[in-house]
Amino acid sequence: MNLTLKVWRQKNINDKGQFVTYQAKDIADDMSFLEMLDVVNEELTRKGEDPIYFDHDCREGICGMCSLVINGRPHGPKYGITTCQLHMRSFHDGQTIVIEPWRAAAFPVLKDLAVDRTSFERIQQAGGYVSVNTGGVPDANNIPVPKRIADEAFEAATCIGCGACVAACKNASAMLFVSAKISQFALLPQGQTERYERAMAMIDQMDAEGFGNCTNTGACEAECPKGIKLTNIARMNREYLTAKLFRQEEVH
Amino acid sequence: MSKSKPVLTSSLGKKLIMSLTGLFLCTFLVVHLIGNLQLFKDDGGYAFNTYAHWMTSFPPIKVVSYLLYISVIVHAIFALILTTKNKAARPIGYSQYNGKAGSAWSSRNMGILGTVLLVFIITHMQNFWYPYKFGSTPYVEYRTEVATGNQEIITSDELPSSYNGYVQTEGNGIETIKSKDLYRQVATTFQNPLLVLLYLVGMAALSFHLIHGFKSAFQTLGWSHRRYNVIIRWVGVWIFGVVIPILFALMPLYFYFVK
Repeated sequence: MNLTLKVWRQKNINDKGQFVTYQAKDIADDMSFLEMLDVVNEELTRKGEDPIYFDHDCREGICGMCSLVINGRPHGPKYGITTCQLHMRSFHDGQTIVIEPWRAAAFPVLKDLAVDRTSFERIQQAGGYVSVNTGGVPDANNIPVPKRIADEAFEAATCIGCGACVAACKNASAMLFVSAKISQFALLPQGQTERYERAMAMIDQMDAEGFGNCTNTGACEAECPKGIKLTNIARMNREYLTAKLFRQEEVH
Repeated sequence: MSKSKPVLTSSLGKKLIMSLTGLFLCTFLVVHLIGNLQLFKDDGGYAFNTYAHWMTSFPPIKVVSYLLYISVIVHAIFALILTTKNKAARPIGYSQYNGKAGSAWSSRNMGILGTVLLVFIITHMQNFWYPYKFGSTPYVEYRTEVATGNQEIITSDELPSSYNGYVQTEGNGIETIKSKDLYRQVATTFQNPLLVLLYLVGMAALSFHLIHGFKSAFQTLGWSHRRYNVIIRWVGVWIFGVVIPILFALMPLYFYFVK
């Protein structure tokens, strides 16, 4: 199939950037979206032009590196997948595809379609960990955790930190990401010691990074490639408000 | 982990304020609706006018009413602060943005719906609250024979110069109430088709605002539980999104078409 691409091109972080139109010719149905961009880039390289810069790594939907807002939706027109898992059969011959980077003040565009997501790293560094060394693998059932709770924590932990929640949110809010990272520890015994300090520290950092405020639209949950649920945001709110009202250590 | 910042400077603290003021305004709506349903009583406004007097004079209700004015203002101001921050969080927008794919229209337009509601509230207070408290309204006098319940109603388009506030007296087996006639103020206001239209638009905005806002307030508080979410959503959609706005909207329609 042949496609028309409208791609955001931006030389560097200070460049204003603009859309450039490219033709993608002889694209196979079973190519992934990133492979399609590879084909376009090979053509550009042959012509001596600067190839389109985009983030990618594992190409099997687990690393969270690929991004792209495709026709107004993060990771493209399907639900529950990353861009590398999106196949060209989801498009039709002659279609125009608009490709933009994640848009958020906290995710500045580095070049073309790649954004700087280190704001997520800084939120993690603020409290997304357990300080004590947990040692080697414990014996099974040494620390009892109900299966449902373990599953819930695991589901929160499947967040790959791709930033699609921020990209999808009309307020560029990072609350789905932060809530998943808070939940995975808040639910498990090992996370209890720093439970409330963690919630406060990570939310303070989230605010400092300049992310927006959740208005509970649910767009993040719909676009999340890993199906992280809005109930995590409710849990985050609960953790934070409980921390502030009753459990702040400095006040004890 | 570092020392945390004050709660109101945080995003979640501001959202908490939105949630609490919003829920308080929701409870007010229920009370306001129950009181105003007396407008449908065909008694020359007796029930409605005595109720209006009680609402504006009973001290605990007065305290709550000041809380209410503050809530409306705080809800609007915090919405403005949060929206400004949200806009700043995405300085460069998308050339294409498919919001429909993941969220409801009402959830994405709470600011616009809220602005319509603010205009509505200002007009509403100008129509009824201001004239009743400070301005001029029609006048009514109810003379009820206590034994038989026979009632004589004397009305006038203007307050007599002798009028010195609401009085209720009883003598010779006749109960006399002299009052500002808010009922007739309502009836005459709703003869204006433009105002009726504005009230209908206001109630439509209220419906969509609460369909998202009611359940959203609980989510912000962190009150999310699989067992109770169903109830919260049902109440938000059917009670606050449908029943309450429709009953309110029937009031201007009743006075315009029936009375």
